[in-house]
Amino acid sequence: MIFPDMGAGGGDLANVSRRGFVAGAGLGALVLALGLPRRSVAQGQGEAKFGADGMPNGWRDDPRIFVAIAEDGTVTITCHRQEMGQGVRTSIAMVVAEELGADWDKVRVVQADGDEARYGNQDTDGSRSLRHFFMPLRRVGAGARMMLEQAAATRWDVPVSEVRAGEHAVIHAASGRSLGYGELARAASGLPVPERSSIRLKDSSQFRYIGREGIGLVDNHDITTGRAIYGIDARAEGMFYAVVSRSPVYGGKVASLDEAEALKVPGVVKVLRIEAPSIPSEFQPVGGVAVIARNTWAAMRGRDALKITWEDGPNAVYSSDTYRQGLEAAVRQPGKVVRNEGDLERAMAGAVRRVEAEYYIPHLAQTPMEPPAALVRIQDGRCEAWACTQAPQVTRARLAQRLGLPEEAVTVHVTLLGGGFGRKSKPDFVLEAGLCSQAMDGAPVKLTWTREDDLSHGYYGTVSVERLEAGLDSNGRPVAWLHRSAAPTIAALFAPDPKHEMPIELGMGFVNMPFAIPNIRLENPEAAAHVRVGWYRSVSNIPHAFAIQSFVAELAHAAGRDPKDYLLDLIGPARVIDPTDLGDAWNHGEDPKRYPIDTGRLRRVVETAAAGIEWGRPLPRGRGLGIAGHYSFVSYVAVAVEVEVGEGGAFSVPRVDIAVDCGPVVNPERVRAQMEGAVVMGHGLATSAEISFKNGRAEQQNFDLYELTRIATAPREIRVHILPGGNYDRPLGGVGEPGLPPVAPAIANAIFAATGKRIRRLPVRDQLST
Amino acid sequence: MASFTINGALHTFDGDLEMPLLWYLRDELGLTGTKFGCGIAQCGACTIHIDGAPSLACQTPLALAEGREVITIEGLSPEGNHPLQVAWRELNVAQCGYCQTGQIMQAAALLQDTPNPTDADIDGVMNGNLCRCGTYPRIRAAIKQAASKGGRL
Repeated sequence: MIFPDMGAGGGDLANVSRRGFVAGAGLGALVLALGLPRRSVAQGQGEAKFGADGMPNGWRDDPRIFVAIAEDGTVTITCHRQEMGQGVRTSIAMVVAEELGADWDKVRVVQADGDEARYGNQDTDGSRSLRHFFMPLRRVGAGARMMLEQAAATRWDVPVSEVRAGEHAVIHAASGRSLGYGELARAASGLPVPERSSIRLKDSSQFRYIGREGIGLVDNHDITTGRAIYGIDARAEGMFYAVVSRSPVYGGKVASLDEAEALKVPGVVKVLRIEAPSIPSEFQPVGGVAVIARNTWAAMRGRDALKITWEDGPNAVYSSDTYRQGLEAAVRQPGKVVRNEGDLERAMAGAVRRVEAEYYIPHLAQTPMEPPAALVRIQDGRCEAWACTQAPQVTRARLAQRLGLPEEAVTVHVTLLGGGFGRKSKPDFVLEAGLCSQAMDGAPVKLTWTREDDLSHGYYGTVSVERLEAGLDSNGRPVAWLHRSAAPTIAALFAPDPKHEMPIELGMGFVNMPFAIPNIRLENPEAAAHVRVGWYRSVSNIPHAFAIQSFVAELAHAAGRDPKDYLLDLIGPARVIDPTDLGDAWNHGEDPKRYPIDTGRLRRVVETAAAGIEWGRPLPRGRGLGIAGHYSFVSYVAVAVEVEVGEGGAFSVPRVDIAVDCGPVVNPERVRAQMEGAVVMGHGLATSAEISFKNGRAEQQNFDLYELTRIATAPREIRVHILPGGNYDRPLGGVGEPGLPPVAPAIANAIFAATGKRIRRLPVRDQLST
Repeated sequence: MASFTINGALHTFDGDLEMPLLWYLRDELGLTGTKFGCGIAQCGACTIHIDGAPSLACQTPLALAEGREVITIEGLSPEGNHPLQVAWRELNVAQCGYCQTGQIMQAAALLQDTPNPTDADIDGVMNGNLCRCGTYPRIRAAIKQAASKGGRL
């Protein structure tokens, strides 16, 4: 048997093949132990409790797909989810190694190619890798362990019930015999895979890795030595380099092109027109002119020398100031009702006091530190891509379609992602590289986006105006709640000119708002998209949470109440809510009923964050505390912030306490890391980051104007509180995204506490000094 | 034509000497540990050492590297065991990891000049290095941990 094609940089890629993404994996020395089927067995029916069964291609749990054991005992685990900083390569390996009984020191991880028929769903989005694949991957590890036990029992001619695996060996206690996994691997590989119904999982009290602290990232050594390979780093023999000039306005086209000067730049070998797509453009390149050269610098110089006039098209009207005014007009009129309880008008009319506010959140760009980049070559009718993609199967399908190849002829190898945050769910940049390679007779071409490209041609986080109105009773409690959310929808990527948020967007903290208020109406007025709107880490939760959690603090102020106590009052007593009763219709293909909202858990994270920051303590002048809590991606997160506002409105965040209840935890160290990172990213969008448009053009082109949080401005002390997760039969909540939504409102609420100034428009920037 | 020493080896190049060192390292030499992040001196992902001083490879035309000694992340320590690299691993600093080579190179220069940096020292020297994942608290902690163990190689 040979080692399976696990996509660890197959082919003769100059840098990738030498180390297969995993330093020291020694792939060439492996003797495959567990045999591997070409196609995996179909997944079973009715088995999933929480899982990807509703997503394209579902899940797989055949150990032969995911585990290989060499005769030296090295265990190689294939990770089919994409690593972009969330730690999934480490966490998935922990799950499999746990049930396998493998020594962590003998575990290596390789990255799967895009092949969902083989691996199950690979779209790495929605903070769901562990929720959807925890149980299948436990069965993978347990199934492999049982095959090893059977191999040992057969070797010793004893009943399998007398042997026990663990610690990287199988032991027969009665006779004191022991065989290492490496010694059993070859025999085990010939055995049938255990029936799913016969799989014995570990009791969680026996876990050695799952839930344990202090496990090092599998990519730590490569990352700290510069050996880690990202999409932008992929190299192949005889490769070319490309950059693309694209219309500054979404939907624009090349009106005229003079490429003569570009072709004179030393090193430039070709100029290629890329046809502009019709809108909606889905994941297709926006079109433009590619310059292909002997190195990236020459390609960039060649691009500078292109003489292009653009025909802007209808989106040249898009200017953020006037667009915001349009959204404001929209939310001041009734819109499409998406949730209605009680009698809002009557309750408002009878209210003792009415409070209203509008909030604006601009477009945001994901700006992963690694901009989009990919290497593609086409040889003998076969296309290979190396790409930093969150969605390798989608990338494969679109590449095949665009290049006119059968899908079987396209292989997508996934590198590490230098950040993703939703941007790299869209494979437009890989398609551009594919078109360049095709134009070069299949020679390898690496296509790199500059930061200006990234900020000018993004799939931006939406822009939003949120209007809230509440009627309070004589105790200051809301008896009526009206919320209108107007924001261009991601659906505009896929359908001509939709004007309303999709169920997935509505369900991100808008319709599933869980407060105990008797009369509620939620509306979604129309909004048109003039740029590509896409996923940005936690997506529509950002505007929804900012508006709702800011408004709660405004109501508390109006009522003369402590904002933390008021928030807890609104959440109400602990109760379990069926999300479908609120109109929440979608949860990554699963029935939302599987994930009831537990307001007791929301209360506890609010209480924990408040206790962490010592809510209510006396503060010197210019300091203030703010708090916000939000449910998203099946997790509950609250953030408590202390701000210090100085002379001239300069402010800093000396301390943040973030409390998370994400259910059972696989890798607490990475949960902490993701919460820390969410606080920093949330601080950036709250204080300084904004993408605005003028005449259809993004006004921020690089990090000089698109200002992100830096080490000196980042919250100085971030304390993460992970609530006890309970037993591992409960759903695993998301971790990558849910930390983000409550950060900005907590900061805004703290600013109000410190200064009396209410921030209703993000980012804060200089609002405190004017 | 220009010559320079990169990680101890002499290289000569007779192409476009306006090319920033960044692309020479990455495209011509295959030293991809030095990263592209912005191209305009705003992110620090391409931080290297030139004659011992922290420098941005995206801002250094090859003509300016003539005769100089360049150290990249690949040359920071032979086994990758610079005290900062060790601390980075012990504290699991990285998330996506992309900016971390630049962070480590900048921090290594900091510890050369300031063996026991204060928070203000760290803010002053590390503020040019962006991390989109938000690993700043751990970067700060790792610098201090490496410093406490004698951070210079």
